[in-house]
Amino acid sequence: MFHRESGVFKTTYAGDMALYPLPIAKWTMVAIAAVFVVIVPLVVHEYYLSILNLIFIAIVGALGLNILVGYTGQISIGHGAFMSVGAYTAANLAVRLDLPFWLTLPAGGLMAALIGVIVGMPSLRIKGLYLAIATLAGQLIIEWTINHVPAISGGAQASIEVDRPSLFGFEFDTQGRLYFFLLFFAVLAIVATLNLVRSRIGRAFVAVRDQDIAAEIIGINIYRYKLLAFAISSFFAGVCGVLYTYYFGIANYEQFQIIVSIDYLAMIIIGGLGSVLGTIFGAIFITLLPIVIRIFMEEVGSLFFTAAQMANVISGLRLGVFGGLIIFFLIVEPEGLNRLWRNIRSYFRVWPFSY
Amino acid sequence: MTRFVKSWLGVAATTATLALGGGQVFAQDIVFGLQCDRTGPTANVGTVLCPGYQDYIALVNSKGGVEGHKIKVLEIDHEYKVPPAIEAHERFKKEGAVLEGLYGTPQTAALNKKLEEDKMLGTSPGFGTASAADGKRYPYTFPIAASYWSQAGAAVEFAKEKLGGKLKGKKIAYIFYDNPAGKEPLPILEDLAKAEGFEMRTFAVPAPGLEMGAQVLDITARFKPDFIIAHLFGRAPSVFIKDLKGKGFPLSKVVGLVWASSEADIIAAGGMGVAEGYNTIQFAGVGKDYPVIRDIEAMYKTQGKTPPKEMDSTVLYNRGVLVAALHVEALRNAIKANGGKVPTSEQVKNGMEAVKGFTLGGFVPPMEITPADHEGGGWVQIWTVKGGKLVKTKDWFQGFRPVIQKHLADDAANAKKS
Repeated sequence: MFHRESGVFKTTYAGDMALYPLPIAKWTMVAIAAVFVVIVPLVVHEYYLSILNLIFIAIVGALGLNILVGYTGQISIGHGAFMSVGAYTAANLAVRLDLPFWLTLPAGGLMAALIGVIVGMPSLRIKGLYLAIATLAGQLIIEWTINHVPAISGGAQASIEVDRPSLFGFEFDTQGRLYFFLLFFAVLAIVATLNLVRSRIGRAFVAVRDQDIAAEIIGINIYRYKLLAFAISSFFAGVCGVLYTYYFGIANYEQFQIIVSIDYLAMIIIGGLGSVLGTIFGAIFITLLPIVIRIFMEEVGSLFFTAAQMANVISGLRLGVFGGLIIFFLIVEPEGLNRLWRNIRSYFRVWPFSY
Repeated sequence: MTRFVKSWLGVAATTATLALGGGQVFAQDIVFGLQCDRTGPTANVGTVLCPGYQDYIALVNSKGGVEGHKIKVLEIDHEYKVPPAIEAHERFKKEGAVLEGLYGTPQTAALNKKLEEDKMLGTSPGFGTASAADGKRYPYTFPIAASYWSQAGAAVEFAKEKLGGKLKGKKIAYIFYDNPAGKEPLPILEDLAKAEGFEMRTFAVPAPGLEMGAQVLDITARFKPDFIIAHLFGRAPSVFIKDLKGKGFPLSKVVGLVWASSEADIIAAGGMGVAEGYNTIQFAGVGKDYPVIRDIEAMYKTQGKTPPKEMDSTVLYNRGVLVAALHVEALRNAIKANGGKVPTSEQVKNGMEAVKGFTLGGFVPPMEITPADHEGGGWVQIWTVKGGKLVKTKDWFQGFRPVIQKHLADDAANAKKS
């Protein structure tokens, strides 16, 4: 990641596919892990931890969407609804059966995967914009169902309160403790995705994305792999929904409406379709940018405006700047932040020479 | 310099900018957090309500603050999204806010637990669940305004009065926005229908609520009710008023709950003249004929400015003023109890639970907030469109309070069981 490789010639397939081509890559990872596990929670204020927590949850959900959209090429606008499926499954299990999070979390994911396969069925016949509309219908149907079936939603309010997750009597109740809880699942999701995309399944996904007829001709069962992509993607979404549920302490379908699906699409498009690192960048970008813009404006704006005026100016300008920056980054690099990062990296690879 | 070091310098620089840019707050100021939606789907409310809040705090500060302490409002716009609301709460906590104003039902739901864990007082006027009125169940969440349950009770009471004191055999239509908030009053209405002997039928309007021709036709041509209770949000109320008018239904037999009752809703339906007779439920005073509103206008005059145009939308603006006034009153109580020193959030919570007999000349209902009742009694007023403006037709009252209290108790018992 941050190292310069030279004279490295990969002579085996295993060597070519390795996650860490060089020992230094491994050590960089260890260093990053140490920073996040030991240093960050000790040094950083709880407020920043809470932002990191939101980013961790977003990473899990965005990775799931990127597996579907970025790697397999199937568009989905129903990601928010799959999150709500996971959220309500986990909340119902946690409240009615008193199950711990390590059971409700995979259960929520699996239920979302099941629903995801059903919503993904149209992908077998339709592609592109048509599929987008089909998944949009899925989003609306799931929202409506949760809103109108008290057995799922737990009453007119459509919200189910859950206790904080606990493990062996240790309760993850503060932002600092939730940080470790969420970090664990974010790392798990990252590692799982990294390994998925370099496996047989991941390569099949990419083949389906690039040209599904060609993929079928070389022997890939595209029905199976399209549905598998929907299942895996929805599993991630479900887990993301469960994490939101435990983080908020409540499952509420209004937290997973269509705007959430759009936000997650924005994350992976800005970060970079078909890239794990890009997904992480995207999740950070979309979560952090409005906050950074606001804090910046609070500092600068107080020189020009009164507090009451500033409230209006900040919220209006923030939307404008946010949208402008998204357009700017996409014009500078249509393939997303990940490509931008790689360009910068390859520039410095030969620095100070231009080539 | 290696690339490694460079990259990390970049990361460090970003972190440093973040860490420094925390918004400086002067030590003696007391910080209030205010969540708002000025740019999201409910911006039509936020852009008027939040200036009302800001103006009242500015008024208090211009008069020397609360017991000598100035207040600084930290407002954060969350665009009606939930994660930014969490971030806003953490930010308020970091800045040492003693209380915060919440905005939005899903946001309130997501923060209920955090408020309790962080011992931070949060108010949710007109948002959130009716059960949050139960102070024992949600010790740090304060609706401080009539919940949808109380509003439904008041609406039925008003209908009863309009229909000659008896509801037996009458027909009431309930048209609602098809979301949890819209469905919330249903149990109260069903109970009252049984107890009072009227026939109730419900008509759901799906989001975004811009098309309800079918429902209105169903109500006016088939069900033919004696009275209509409308619980709509956003642009839906104006569409509803217009459609009803088109079908010739008398608007004097319609009452709108609090989010279907602003001047903007009525004007969007074609103007005040069109909606003659339309009844609205209000949890704050309407109009400009209150000392506090005159004070704000005077404040702008002494600063040499014209009062902002938001003040003309009195329904929503006044609600913002009401929330701010109750916040300040809670703080005042807390400072007094604390011997003039800056109180903690927990002490402000106790201060809020001591709010009583604070009416600002009829602007605020005669509410009494207690540790058990965070709603303050569920008081509302009825204002009716008459001769081009909203006129008060029924002063502060509580509708079917015992029924509401019974539901609150049942709900708390159910929650304990599960």
